[in-house]
Amino acid sequence: MKLGFLVDLNLCMGCKGCEIACKVENNVPLSSWRLRVKYIDIGTFPDTSRNFTPLRCNHCESAPCERICPVSALHYLENGIVNVDSARCIGCAGCMMACPYGAIYMDPETNTADKCTYCAHRIESGMMPACVVICPVEANIFGDVEDDTSHISQYIMAHQGSGVQVRKPEKNTNPKHYYVGGGTQTLDPLAHQRIEGYNLFNNVTHLKHVGDPNHGVLDRFLAPFVGHGEHDNTSMMDWAEDGKSETHQEGGH
Amino acid sequence: MVESTIHATQAVVTLDVPLPGIIWGWMITLNMWAKSVGTGVILVGAFLLYRHKKEEMPNLRWVMPLIAFIFLNIFLLFTLTDLHQPYRMINIFLHPHWTSAITVGAWMASLFTGLITIMLIIGIGDAFPNIPFKGCKITAFGRSISPFYEKIFPFVVFLAIPVTLYTAIIMAESSARELWQAPAEVMQMMWAALLAGSSALILVSGNWSKESRRDLALVLAIATFFSFLMYMGEYFFSFKSAEAEATLAYVHSGGAYNVEFWFGMVLGFIVPFFLAVSTMKSDNKTLLRFAAILALIGLYMAKDVWLKIPQMLPLS
Repeated sequence: MKLGFLVDLNLCMGCKGCEIACKVENNVPLSSWRLRVKYIDIGTFPDTSRNFTPLRCNHCESAPCERICPVSALHYLENGIVNVDSARCIGCAGCMMACPYGAIYMDPETNTADKCTYCAHRIESGMMPACVVICPVEANIFGDVEDDTSHISQYIMAHQGSGVQVRKPEKNTNPKHYYVGGGTQTLDPLAHQRIEGYNLFNNVTHLKHVGDPNHGVLDRFLAPFVGHGEHDNTSMMDWAEDGKSETHQEGGH
Repeated sequence: MVESTIHATQAVVTLDVPLPGIIWGWMITLNMWAKSVGTGVILVGAFLLYRHKKEEMPNLRWVMPLIAFIFLNIFLLFTLTDLHQPYRMINIFLHPHWTSAITVGAWMASLFTGLITIMLIIGIGDAFPNIPFKGCKITAFGRSISPFYEKIFPFVVFLAIPVTLYTAIIMAESSARELWQAPAEVMQMMWAALLAGSSALILVSGNWSKESRRDLALVLAIATFFSFLMYMGEYFFSFKSAEAEATLAYVHSGGAYNVEFWFGMVLGFIVPFFLAVSTMKSDNKTLLRFAAILALIGLYMAKDVWLKIPQMLPLS
């Protein structure tokens, strides 16, 4: 069994329901995303279109994050899922440097690496991932890509002619996450621009921190003895002063 | 940031989440720089012992492991400090994952530091029997195993090579950062160690023979020359991947790290090269020390830029 995902970008309408469902299901903290939907505007007025691209872990068959993890916190499950054992993670961020898709984040609550696990806990109970259940147009298709009769395999076969794509195939990671209806401009991060101030709802382009913003280097050593105290990380919600002048910041140091 | 300068036509991100900034920052730069000094003094020290009599470098036997010990501990301290869960470092030894260069490197660096510590105890014990106080059992122990120094030294020199190079393998495993994927990274690490090792030994070579100091200047000159060549090669010519080109194009165009990069090149490689070559004839200790200090500062700046710029590229 090899579980995989397929997103039909022709169907996706950018409602971000999957993003929210993922956040709720997995208790993903503020300032972190296991799954996100990126809006890209293509063309020149009046010939323009808005494209929506859900982005999550690709659960690569040859996963660079699994290879670089020094303690096997990132590991394969038998069904092909690349899972995370946050109790073992040392927080070296090697996986964040290795993942070509930027799918891994440092959880600010636990100071350990985390990412999409295809809702492994739900699958274990015979349920579908939360993002699949919530999608109003069934753009998210999930199943066993090694089973020719599964919905996802049938979908891939039916759309071979019109183009089933993966992100960054040149990286030879053999992703198990496919897109139908995508193109270079939506799937290649170098094929579109991020212009400061162009974002619809805010102009925050970069996080100021990696991991817990309220606990510096010394706090990491003291944390087991004093706990997190009164810090609740809600300060991350205060974007007002962060956005405009932000270009880049070193995080977590 | 790099993505703002990417030449893309008619495609603009209009809504997305904030991206992470620089993940591996100054601590990792300091970590790599300190390791270069720690292993470099052993490699260059071995070269000097091969070329010259011990009497020409009277304090080398204890000063070499002392420098290595200090800088390896700085390296290990910042390796630990950079972890978001520092106490779980023990997991690398309890649950090692051998495909990871981080794991292999941590084991080798720990063994290397252990051997350096033994050499330091012996070296100090022989040179200063009353330090830290008369009758100290540690220095007495060092003296009692004195012949062991020469026996383990070849293994330490041999181990210094993979300890120097493993960081390049970590960078190669960081497959998201195309700039680090060049095979030249391995050689860059080796030249950095020779540069840092010769610079550190130059600073303590005041009472050494003129010939040994000339050899140090020679190593510094060669290391700065080839380091500069390799950076220039990578900076201007070697890349074929779109990610690396986009990263370097940003620096080329006067981006955030352009000034630091060229300061590193000039201060760390060009000026020390000419100073080292000139002092090979004149044996001007002051100039040579100045060259060594500049080289150490410039090396830090060059490493810092090379570490950070690929992290400025959006991955998704």
